[in-house]
Amino acid sequence: MPKRVITANRLVDGAVVWRDGAGRWREEIDHAAASDDDETVARMLAGARTDEAAGVVIGPYEVEVEQAAVSRKLLPTHLRERIRAGGPTVVPN
Amino acid sequence: MYAYDTLDQTFVEQRTAQFREQVRRRLANELSEDEFKPLRLRNGLYLQLHAYMLRVAIPYGLLSADQLRALARIARRYDRGYGHFTTRQNIQFNWIRLEDAPDILNDLAAAEMHAVQTSGNCIRNITTDQFAGVAADEIDDPRPWAEIIRQWSTNHPEFSFLPRKFKVAVTGSASDRSAMRVHDIGVRLTRGIDGEIGFEIWVGGGLGRTPMIAQLLRGFLPKEHLLGYLEAILRVYNVEGRRDNLYKSRIKILVSALGIEKFRELVEAEWNQITDPGLQLGDAEISRVRAHFRPPQYADLPGRSPEFEAKRLEDAAFARWAKANLFPHERPGYAAVTISLKPIGGVPGDLTAAQMEAVASLADAYSFSEIRVTHRQNLVLAHVPQHRLYDLWRALDALDLATPNLSRVTDIIACPGLDYCGLATARSIPIAQRLSERLAALDEQYDLDQLTINISGCVNSCSHHHVGHIGILGLEKGGAESYQITLGGSSAEDVAVGRIVGPGFGAVDVVDAVETILITYLGQREDGERFLDTVRRVGQDPFRDALYKQP
Repeated sequence: MPKRVITANRLVDGAVVWRDGAGRWREEIDHAAASDDDETVARMLAGARTDEAAGVVIGPYEVEVEQAAVSRKLLPTHLRERIRAGGPTVVPN
Repeated sequence: MYAYDTLDQTFVEQRTAQFREQVRRRLANELSEDEFKPLRLRNGLYLQLHAYMLRVAIPYGLLSADQLRALARIARRYDRGYGHFTTRQNIQFNWIRLEDAPDILNDLAAAEMHAVQTSGNCIRNITTDQFAGVAADEIDDPRPWAEIIRQWSTNHPEFSFLPRKFKVAVTGSASDRSAMRVHDIGVRLTRGIDGEIGFEIWVGGGLGRTPMIAQLLRGFLPKEHLLGYLEAILRVYNVEGRRDNLYKSRIKILVSALGIEKFRELVEAEWNQITDPGLQLGDAEISRVRAHFRPPQYADLPGRSPEFEAKRLEDAAFARWAKANLFPHERPGYAAVTISLKPIGGVPGDLTAAQMEAVASLADAYSFSEIRVTHRQNLVLAHVPQHRLYDLWRALDALDLATPNLSRVTDIIACPGLDYCGLATARSIPIAQRLSERLAALDEQYDLDQLTINISGCVNSCSHHHVGHIGILGLEKGGAESYQITLGGSSAEDVAVGRIVGPGFGAVDVVDAVETILITYLGQREDGERFLDTVRRVGQDPFRDALYKQP
């Protein structure tokens, strides 16, 4: 199975956040806990849903990632998630 | 322009207070997201990819200078210093924090604005011609009628849970600058056989995944019956419109399924049952609303300004801008100025807080403190004395707001697309920027004349891609962005839905493809022929051949 991380939007400001290994929500995907093990991912998602029920984040879900060959940074495989992770690809006027 | 009365002000203040309490409860986790979402959407607050987005209503696109300053303060204080004008003549802020939303609504209310009904299955912001009250070909000023419809539709208890969102446009001219026939209801002012003012009522237009052109429902509706007749249409839609399938829930699907004759029969039957005298528009009520839209105190000016003519001869850049961005004013010695929000290579429809404040000051100095937002994501100063145009142009040029490209190939409509929008399937803005950079030189060299490009980042078609002369729809195909091109669309009086020219292009190739289309046009056009006319004359084959046939 491909590696996956858990993401959501933070309730208070809607910011994109990623769940780290300690269950904290971080703004940079580099801090996200990644796993290719189904049970581990299910456990991470269950923890995220507990945070959702507590009103910390909105709509957690898993995102497939790959590791960059040189930098070893996590990179979502899907464009939408890459834009969520990196911000808009355009700069304002 | 319209000024709130006590009823309006009380309503927006009460709604703001109500929403403040709802936000408090959400942040305290007393409301779940499922419970809160419909409440925030009722106040124009979406959750997008990176943050909350607040869509602020600008009724029929009309703003005072002070209101634009209020929007600038919101952009600076609560957002990242800019806003994005939309095809519903509204403005969106892309980087809003939930906890700030009540304060923003409070600031809006203080400036007689709100975000009510900018989302949800209700009657959305009423749009109209940006040259309302100014165009010489106008039968009547559409703004009072748009305001009457706004008052009727705001918080209308019967139409708060329609099958789907509902959009109304009003136009006062035969020339349609409001995309009237791609709206759920299009209202066009007309005259009866004795010269009295009334309305043509068009129904069942819309874009999205099933584009349709509105059909004529009633050729002449006496003005006093406007609200009663609209009420009858909405009642029929509310009862008969589909609620079982999101994609078939707009009124266009109902009208198409029933046929216009049957739909008309239902509406007329419903209308005949309506006896509410409150829906009958009396002269006093019409006059009350009309009084808010009296013409400003124009000076008596000669029809031609020697200063304007001289500057046009002296300064080629000014002459080019004047040719592209001015619209004739019905008043001698004045012109309506379109401020392009499409700098070459820029983000279509974006304006920084500093630019908003500067435009507000220019509106104070040159155009009776009034600004209009166009459905093509530009701004208008509607009443500028011709002898002051050169000074205004210089001021706009210093702000990077004097791009001479109104309705030209670089005046591109683009939705936020996948860079911001949670619904998008592909990016719009970067494509628009690259097209703008590539095509500006082509336009300068060959004079591509009137040519619109509209780019949407998903099938919801917020950028009206179906009715762009060239339409571009961004989709996701096999994990990559794919851009489908349509040719021959129009949202004007020669309204048409564009036809797909062939298989889509990737994000890298789509700019080359559009350039190929334009070079093909240059090879095919006859003297004075717009792109749209060439496409209609020669059909799609020459373009298809150029795009897809191997050399």
